[in-house]
Amino acid sequence: MHSDPASVQASLRKYVMIGGALLVFTAITVAVNLVHLSSIALAVTVALIIAIMKGSMVATVFMHLSNEKKWIYGALLLTVIFFVVLMSVPLFTLMDTIGTPQPAIGGGEHAGGH
Amino acid sequence: MNIPYTVEERPDSGLANGKLGIWLFLASEVMLFGALFSTYIILRTGATEWPHGELNVPLGAFNTVLLISSSVTMVMAWAMLKLHNWSRHRLYLAATFVLAGLFLVNKYFEYSDHLVKGEGPWHSTFLAIYFTLTGLHGLHIVGGMVVMAYLLGPGAKLWKTNPDQFTNRIEYTGLYWHFVDLVWIFLFPVLYLL
Repeated sequence: MHSDPASVQASLRKYVMIGGALLVFTAITVAVNLVHLSSIALAVTVALIIAIMKGSMVATVFMHLSNEKKWIYGALLLTVIFFVVLMSVPLFTLMDTIGTPQPAIGGGEHAGGH
Repeated sequence: MNIPYTVEERPDSGLANGKLGIWLFLASEVMLFGALFSTYIILRTGATEWPHGELNVPLGAFNTVLLISSSVTMVMAWAMLKLHNWSRHRLYLAATFVLAGLFLVNKYFEYSDHLVKGEGPWHSTFLAIYFTLTGLHGLHIVGGMVVMAYLLGPGAKLWKTNPDQFTNRIEYTGLYWHFVDLVWIFLFPVLYLL
């Protein structure tokens, strides 16, 4: 992270610009919600893409992650790996069919009921 | 005994201890909120129906504006210390504190609006995860405000005796504060809009 006075002075304008961009993206998020997109999947995708863009701006500019030491990148890489595993848990849960009654061959109404 | 590497960087990591410490803390926070987001996904995908329009979107959007503005004032508070502008630093840090307070005031109105109608966390699965996620986030706001109050009050004396260490403390507080903002950036669309 560059933190000498000259580079900090040069960054002041950038901080305000990024703050403005974040507010614009917030307005876009709310506006997209008012439009009522055709499917919930599309609405989720658009909202999450905008949120990821906003989060990236906060992390890279305000938290100075665009120019950090490798130890911090290493710690964050581990965090990302564990976070992906954590987010995969719901997916594994949805894919898990163990114990779910299977439809009987022939489609009898009483299949699996006894 | 002085604690080593509060200002100077360690030769092995190239970081002051506090810097690595706050990032490891934030890593644990990612997992804490990640577990709750994961829970939200399980609850939502398993629900036969999910309510829409139960939350006050304009108030939620206004809170987003407050937190984003507070992130700008927080990074400016740190920048002003780097530029040795003490009075501007105080102004920006106080502004961050006030914006955080306004966020909590809005949250109070939102919560009380639900509770008056008997819509507490017990009312539905949606409100249970809503109160859990926003309540935990609100506690983080309170935590940030306590630290900021200390740095505005008795903690400010450190600037006279060790300005570099004080600047580092503001930087670590800022990293925490930006993380709290980042979490809200995801909470707002997930809870209020989708």
